[in-house]
Amino acid sequence: MISAGAHALWSYWARHRLQLVVVIIGLALATGLWTGVQAINAEARASYDRAATTLGQTQFSHITRNDAPLRIKDFVVLRRAGWLVSPLVQGTLRGTGIEVVGFDPFTAPINTTFPDLSGDGDLSKFLSSPGMIFAHPDTADLLPENVPPVRILETVPPDQILTDVTIAMSLLKRDTLSSILVLGVQPERRLPLVDVNAEYIITEPAQRSDMARLTDSFHLNLTAFGLLSFAVGLFIVYSAIGLAFEQRRVLFRTLRALGLSRCSLMYLLASEALVLATLGGGLGVVLGYIMAAALLPGVAATLSGLYGASVSGSLSLNPFWWLIGFGMAYFGAAVAVSGNLWQMSRLSILAPAMPRAWLVAGAITARLQAIVGSFLILLSLLLGIFGESLIAGFACLAAMLLGAALLVPLALMSIVSLLSRSSRGVISQWIWADTRQQIQPMSLALMALMLALAANVGVSTMVGSFRSTFTGWLDQRLASDLYITTRTSAEAVAFQEFVSADVESILPIVSADVRLAGSPGQVFGIKDHEIYRAHWPLLESVPDVWDRVAQGDGILVNEQFARREQLWTGNTLKLAADFQFEIVGVYSDYGNPAGQAFINYEIFEKRYPDITPLRFALNADNPSYLRDKIVAEFGLPRDNTINQQEVKAFSMQVFEQTFLITNALNVLTLGVAGFALWASLTTVVGMRLPQVAPVWALGFTRKSISVIEMSRSLLLAALTAVLAIPIGLGLAWILLAIVNVRAFGWRLPMELFPWDWAQLFIWALVGATLAAAMPIRKLIKLPPSELLKVFANER
Amino acid sequence: MNVKAFFLTLWFVICTSSVVAQGFAGLGQSVDGYALPKPDKVFTFPDDHGAHPDYRIEWWYLTAILNDDDGQNYGVQWTLFRTSLDPDGTSQVWMGNAGITTPAEHFTGERLARGGIGQAGVTTEPFAAWIDDWGMVSKAGVGDPLDTLELTATLPNASYTLDLNANGPMIFHGDNGYSVKSNSGQASHYYSQPFYQVRGTLNLPSGDVEVSGLGWLDREWSSQPLDADQLGWDWFSLHFDSGDRLMGFGLRDANGQSFSYASWITADGNVSPSNDLRITPLRWTNVVDRMVPVDWRLELPSQSLDITTKALNDDSWQSTLFPYWEGPVFATGSHQGRGYLEMTGY
Repeated sequence: MISAGAHALWSYWARHRLQLVVVIIGLALATGLWTGVQAINAEARASYDRAATTLGQTQFSHITRNDAPLRIKDFVVLRRAGWLVSPLVQGTLRGTGIEVVGFDPFTAPINTTFPDLSGDGDLSKFLSSPGMIFAHPDTADLLPENVPPVRILETVPPDQILTDVTIAMSLLKRDTLSSILVLGVQPERRLPLVDVNAEYIITEPAQRSDMARLTDSFHLNLTAFGLLSFAVGLFIVYSAIGLAFEQRRVLFRTLRALGLSRCSLMYLLASEALVLATLGGGLGVVLGYIMAAALLPGVAATLSGLYGASVSGSLSLNPFWWLIGFGMAYFGAAVAVSGNLWQMSRLSILAPAMPRAWLVAGAITARLQAIVGSFLILLSLLLGIFGESLIAGFACLAAMLLGAALLVPLALMSIVSLLSRSSRGVISQWIWADTRQQIQPMSLALMALMLALAANVGVSTMVGSFRSTFTGWLDQRLASDLYITTRTSAEAVAFQEFVSADVESILPIVSADVRLAGSPGQVFGIKDHEIYRAHWPLLESVPDVWDRVAQGDGILVNEQFARREQLWTGNTLKLAADFQFEIVGVYSDYGNPAGQAFINYEIFEKRYPDITPLRFALNADNPSYLRDKIVAEFGLPRDNTINQQEVKAFSMQVFEQTFLITNALNVLTLGVAGFALWASLTTVVGMRLPQVAPVWALGFTRKSISVIEMSRSLLLAALTAVLAIPIGLGLAWILLAIVNVRAFGWRLPMELFPWDWAQLFIWALVGATLAAAMPIRKLIKLPPSELLKVFANER
Repeated sequence: MNVKAFFLTLWFVICTSSVVAQGFAGLGQSVDGYALPKPDKVFTFPDDHGAHPDYRIEWWYLTAILNDDDGQNYGVQWTLFRTSLDPDGTSQVWMGNAGITTPAEHFTGERLARGGIGQAGVTTEPFAAWIDDWGMVSKAGVGDPLDTLELTATLPNASYTLDLNANGPMIFHGDNGYSVKSNSGQASHYYSQPFYQVRGTLNLPSGDVEVSGLGWLDREWSSQPLDADQLGWDWFSLHFDSGDRLMGFGLRDANGQSFSYASWITADGNVSPSNDLRITPLRWTNVVDRMVPVDWRLELPSQSLDITTKALNDDSWQSTLFPYWEGPVFATGSHQGRGYLEMTGY
């Protein structure tokens, strides 16, 4: 009997090949969307991590000396005192913009970019003149001819070359080191640093730059999108499998009537779902890979804009994505199948013969869904108000989305009921009533559409807000033309003298590591200057804020600190028992996780006489020229000279790329939702013959019925789109005001983009029209005999 | 003699796996331009205590078998390898290996450095060999600089400081320090100071331990150490209760044959070289996923020697860039004694 049952189930698919394709493609699209986003995310993060660990500059503490630049002999002195340290030389290769990184292969920390020198004679060639250079293939082409022989190494970040420390010094025409890295694990018995040389100072791993912090936001953006695509995908898998159940109720009834036990039928259907999920999931993973491969160059460009071209645009195939893709397909199938099986196990053997009863039961389900949905929304609110962790932030987001989706059927039913009150005449009343009844069978597709649209609104709003806020902030924060970091106090003195003739103003940037209200933070000394007065991005302040800072009794703190410690304008901040200030302003400091404060420069100098300025903000007529001049004179590494215009140009480029990616993903999500709508309508048309046939029999032409059907689809899509906009905005708000604050400690102001919504609304209608076109065409072409059959038998 | 070092340092310039796969083929040919050991070499000191940069490889190799007041046994190793990357000697690489062995634990340390910047090197007047903060420094006022040494090394979790005083002469192996390593004639310059009395402190994670015992220093350099089909070696340095000493090694080739050599050193420093040493593995054990023979039988008919050696700690594995087994052993049988065993190529 089981094999006969299996045969019957599969013969159904054999007769309905298109439907089989629909189910599998539905599964595949959902899986593909999810897998694709995951793949992009994983690859981008991996690339970023690779870049961040280049020779471990960011992971390790480093040693500098107060009185002089570092030389090889300092490295040797430290090694001989028992310190496990490694020398590093960094600088810009003159006339190229390529950064030279010189390291010592014997003591450098091993990492992914470490070149392989085990080949015969490699080490010898690497160490002795003329040396050997490792470069990314893209960089190798750009190198001038007079450099040592080049070897290709994919893991070297583009725009950088790796070579031996001594070769790097000769390439850069200098005899000093940039820094001495302190390796992570040190022998217990080693000479205290102060006993090695009192002039040596150790600096903890460099704080990641503001820019790097901001890219974490970009990753969060992608992660959020991954989450959304998961929700949308889950709905689609659920509806695809659910539809396959719905459409075969007659078949199930027949099989049961013929003596197939309920248990056997359920077992068969579960196995069938497993096969479908495997096929759809497999196809989906491939689709996801293709999608990721197509989008990744955009992501790579985005990240390279931030990191200085450090992400390869190629995708490696990770087994984890396959697993996660299949997991998604199986999970969706399991959820869909279990719900349907549960329902089926409770229906009597004859119940499936009564589709109307099923639809009535649907109205009850809608109410039940709405109750669960309301509960989820409430939960989301509670999580938003009382939750503190990032996880709670994401849970708040998930609960809000799921709750809103579950409320969609009841909300639509209520709106349609409301609209139907104004209807006059039998026909219009029938149309409204019929529309209302159609909501439940299409509810899953409508929920998916709503989620897709909400995701679209939410992500666009978030990215848009991010862009306008951040670029505006850059304008304010990087008001000077050029930012230069010198390496030693001696160089700083020489530098100030060197540039004095070429600049309009030169402002020292000087900071000390302090504890701000108990946590590690930094206090900066700033000179009273028009640049700060005109541009500094203050979120709140007292009226005479800059005068107060200039007088020396006022302090400015960053938003992160203010939020964390709940210390705002008017409060007093104690840096030490005898060193306290009134907070006179709070400024936005996107990207920086730590607390930060600004005080008057003279006060700072008096308090921290040992700290001399190494960083300077310059204003000049021709910053690019000045920068080249400075690099040529001092051989500063690229990271030490920041041209404000370039930073801004970079940022804009980054955001354009981000927009391209989010747009592409939005279109895809919407496409998937449209597909679900189409599959849903196709099914509904078949199921609705008993409703349509009497209307036709009363004299309506098939054409006019079709017009009604199309209008109905458009109406439902339009209503769903309208519902999606506030939900999308809620989503964006949670991302910006809750998730971002919990992840990074700063809040992004939300901006609204109504024009985007209008566009999206039109897209939703276009999608609904396309989705409805084929099923309605089928209705028009339906032979009258089919419609008559409704009256001839009981189906 | 520490033939291992030949391999170890050569591995430095030649890819490890391919060398093993080829049974070290190619080593015999790749000596072009480097100086070669000569049978008629006359040693001059202190110059020959220093580096010979025109030779490809060289080492300063010290092992000490020690015990504390409670009779607990320890072993200590300190080695500085030098490799020349080109025949003109301008590009030198230094490698330090150190080990501390207790019955239950084995500590390993390793350092690498380029030559020419002062991070590692050897000077002769005054004598000092060092890499980073590890040192083998002469404290001798008169006599040979190697007669009194201070030895220090810092391992990741342990360190040691030892004072060494020689109470016997230097020993020249083979033919007056010209030590043949194969039937094809590969050779090295090789001398030892096997008569050290050692005293000092081991700084172990469990606490500091005052120790004393016996030490053995090997000095060796060459450019073309081994025959093409030689796979690895087993090397012994033993101090017998009688005051006599034995240095013996067997070089294993691909056919399971062994080229062996022994220097029998009497308590007053007379050396009898011999080629009738027979070494036989008795017990194998799994160390870091490979089988290694840790107990041996040594027979030297010319000295009526027939002994069994047992390792203090089976797991005396030096997991360095070029890993090998190096640890203290105890001898019983016709002669009682203690010393060091080194095994490579397993």
